[in-house]
This record gives sequence, C-alpha cells and structure tokens, in this order.
Amino acid sequence: MLEWSYMAMLGFVLLASGWLEWAFDLRVYRRPGRLFATVAVAAPPFILWDAWAISERHWFFDRSQMLGIVGPLNVPLEEYLFFIIIPIAAVLTLEGVTRFLEIVRSRATS
Amino acid sequence: MTYTLLAATGVLVAAVLDLVILRTRLLTQGRFWFAWAILVFFQLLTNGWLTGRGIVQYDPDMITGLRIAYAPVEDLAFGFALIVITLAVWLTISPSPSERPATHHRSK
Repeated sequence: MLEWSYMAMLGFVLLASGWLEWAFDLRVYRRPGRLFATVAVAAPPFILWDAWAISERHWFFDRSQMLGIVGPLNVPLEEYLFFIIIPIAAVLTLEGVTRFLEIVRSRATS
Repeated sequence: MTYTLLAATGVLVAAVLDLVILRTRLLTQGRFWFAWAILVFFQLLTNGWLTGRGIVQYDPDMITGLRIAYAPVEDLAFGFALIVITLAVWLTISPSPSERPATHHRSK
C-alpha cells in the first residue's frame, strides 16, 4: 500500500476537482481537444524543469512511496501525471468559479 | 541556480505571458484570484502530504528553508506559475464552434 502514497494524492485531486464538471455543467472534460491542447502546451516546460531539477538533485523522491515506474528523462510516472492532473484541476476551478459568479450575479439582478 | 531563483523566474515568465504576450490578463481579474485562493488551499493540503511524508525531499542548499505546511515556499511559486500559464493557454485556445454549446444554459 505504501507505494501508492503519491498516487493517492493524485487520485484525491482528480476527485476534489472532477465533480465541478457535472455540478456546474462546465464542459471542460467534454471539450477534450481544448483540454488536451492546453496540457500539451503548458505541461512540457514544467516537465523539463522537473527533469533537470531531478538530475541536479534539487529535489528527490522516497521511492518506497511510489510505484517505481519511471518514464523518459528519468521522471517518475507520478510526476508526469502531476503535470496533467494539476492543470486540469486549475482549469476546472477557474471555469467553476466563473460559472459560480455568473449564477450569483444573475440571481442578484433577477 | 537555486530552486528559489528558478521559482521566482517562473512567476515572472508566467506574468509576462499573461499580461504582455497572450494578453489574457488573468492577473487583473477577481475570478482568477478567487480560483487561486481555492487552488492554493488544496495545494497546501496535497503538497503537505508529499513533503510531510517525505515523498518529495529537497536539497536544503537549493531552497530558502522557509516552509508553509511542510512545503518550501518555492513550491507555491512553482504552483502559481503552473496555474497561470495553464489558464492563460486555456483562455487563448478558444473552443472550436462544434464544441461550443449552442445556447448558454440558464437557471431552470
């Protein structure tokens, strides 16, 4: 179980942000092309930064708390997933807040 | 170069991208700061998990040593840059017409 420690945090972020899609009818997951393009542009510079920082040992990992799957550039699977899941959570939060403010304003004026 | 310097550079690059290059002007909008307040709360929780349990550890020579909820303050700057750049790109990539809802949903 210990090796799922990092993955558990990623699962939590998916759940904690994912409900916004349906609660606010956000069309974030339902615009997969736009979402994919956003992650494809925004994530790579941070993955390169991560890869470089790992190689320079700016930070390092307790491998007993990770699955042990390592991708290109010696970056662990969990880190790759981090740079996909966190941007999605950020988009869901911005769109959720935007929708929430629209609802509050339309109620205030009606 | 230290993580501190790189993280500060990341914030600067994100701000220039948002305000000057893509002109998405997120940093001037209340809704962005509202969203960021929520995101930073969850970042402190999840980053606290990663750093408090020692899943991720840092070279003490690369950071200031200032920590919030176990996580180095540099991580907050890193997260800020990641969030701003992601959202600026998201707003720049407009949804294609086929993906745009025909009518905006109103309250029932």
